Amino acid sequence: MQKLTNMTRVLIPTGALGLGYDRAALALGVANRPDIIAVDGGSTDSGPSYLGRGVSKYSRGSIKAEWRELMQARAEAGVPLVIGTAGTCGADAAVDWLYQITEELAAELGQRLRITRLYSGQNAAFLTEELAAGRVSPLPAAPPISAEILAACTNIVALAGAEQIQAALATGADIVIAGRTTDTAIIAALPLSRGDHPGAAWHGAKVGECGAIATTNPATGTIQIDFDAQGFTFTPLGSAARATPYTVSAHMLYENSDPFILHEPGGHLDVTAARYQALNQREVRVEGSKWVPGRYTVKLEGARVAGYQAVALALLRERRYVENARAWADAVVAQTRARVAARLRLTDGYELEIRLIGIDAALGALENRHTVPVEVGALAIVTAPTEALAGEIAKIANPFLLHHALDEDEPMPTIAFPFSPAEMHRGALYEFCLNHVLHTADPMAPFRLVVTEVGNG
Amino acid sequence: MAELGSVVEKVRSKNAGPFWLTIDVFCGNSDAFARVSALPTARVAALFGVDAAQMKRFDIAELNVVKFSVPRPVVQGTRADRDMHGAAWGFLLAEMQID
Repeated sequence: MQKLTNMTRVLIPTGALGLGYDRAALALGVANRPDIIAVDGGSTDSGPSYLGRGVSKYSRGSIKAEWRELMQARAEAGVPLVIGTAGTCGADAAVDWLYQITEELAAELGQRLRITRLYSGQNAAFLTEELAAGRVSPLPAAPPISAEILAACTNIVALAGAEQIQAALATGADIVIAGRTTDTAIIAALPLSRGDHPGAAWHGAKVGECGAIATTNPATGTIQIDFDAQGFTFTPLGSAARATPYTVSAHMLYENSDPFILHEPGGHLDVTAARYQALNQREVRVEGSKWVPGRYTVKLEGARVAGYQAVALALLRERRYVENARAWADAVVAQTRARVAARLRLTDGYELEIRLIGIDAALGALENRHTVPVEVGALAIVTAPTEALAGEIAKIANPFLLHHALDEDEPMPTIAFPFSPAEMHRGALYEFCLNHVLHTADPMAPFRLVVTEVGNG
Repeated sequence: MAELGSVVEKVRSKNAGPFWLTIDVFCGNSDAFARVSALPTARVAALFGVDAAQMKRFDIAELNVVKFSVPRPVVQGTRADRDMHGAAWGFLLAEMQID
């Protein structure tokens, strides 16, 4: 498609760095002369451990391999490359992790680069003052918070919006490595700063943030969005992928509790009046989305340690044990608890449960299908205040998991164990403890930019 | 009577952030949409064990989609959570009998 003047073309290689993409589609995207390459690096969707520890869920090797290709694509296109929510969680340590990979690649590829890091990490003491001053507000279904909870977080991040990405781009960066951002901000930032339609900028960004998920072939990854003064045009670049008014409009449903409204720093997107038109077999034009300005807030995410876990897995295969798995598991828990009380002088302050894989492990009390399976996995989970205590309790559970008999007068059974040692340490259990927004008059105040020159060439 | 999942194209459940779950029913055509749309909200809330007053519901005729969003009964990743990505909730709805 011909590129019009006053248009901003954003190339989105994939829904998330580490997920892979169609190389031919990326090459086509570079040949189409984008104005920026934007890729998402994370999400809360894999759970609180990544934010709690400040680490990536993807392998370093996968990230380095894909980031190398995107750095090469950037050099060829001669435009900025921006990643949001670097290292899955966007904590400062995850930004530095990707920065180090970028430095290595710059040297390997012989590229000289200006790299701007946007840090989203928040200081608990600062947020405690903001909380006391009434500048931290709960979102729907938010847990209660306090100075103690804020202080207990191992990482707190604020979600940057378009303004902070624009500030990072304004440093003249070849590459922007951003900490936590909204999924959409990295895509919307450049169209907004060029004066493209604000409703279209945010709506297109939402449709594009997962790459080719809004197409008939999500695995192809790569898409391109053209933003202008009236709307946006969505183009999948994989030869096997098509976008239709249905695939594009239905994407507002994705991982979004309200399919018409999307909250962002400084306002919200309303797509109630959006019109979707097929331009041809594979491209879709969208106009009529509306941006509604509001007070400037940034969402906060935080994670803290909620205990330490050790787990053990036993496999019930004997029919009578499979049929009575719940009673067996309840007895194992009761006997273990009694022995923990006797040997460790401990009656509370820890949790022990056994989930029955094959019965109701995924849904618990909500499960309403009941059949007798071939076998049942008994997953014993210990949660305790220290790693050592979790291990002790799991070891005390071990002989009961291995030998507990349904009837006292039957010969001692042996239950199948897949592993030795039977107990597995899971380390710290983290939990998300913030679903709040921070009110800030200056969008940049909670964020920090660091600009460096790296590599040679 | 039929299983909802046998009438529609797809039921998808996902997290909408760590504190919400969202279940999308892609009905595929207007007849299936009408059948799913006739589901009382209270029945769906009971299926998920949540308060109907807290459930958001969107019946989107243009897409033949019915969407339900609920606060997660257990926050994603906490000790009591069994399903990190909210993946299994949709099956409960897909297996529900509808008129």
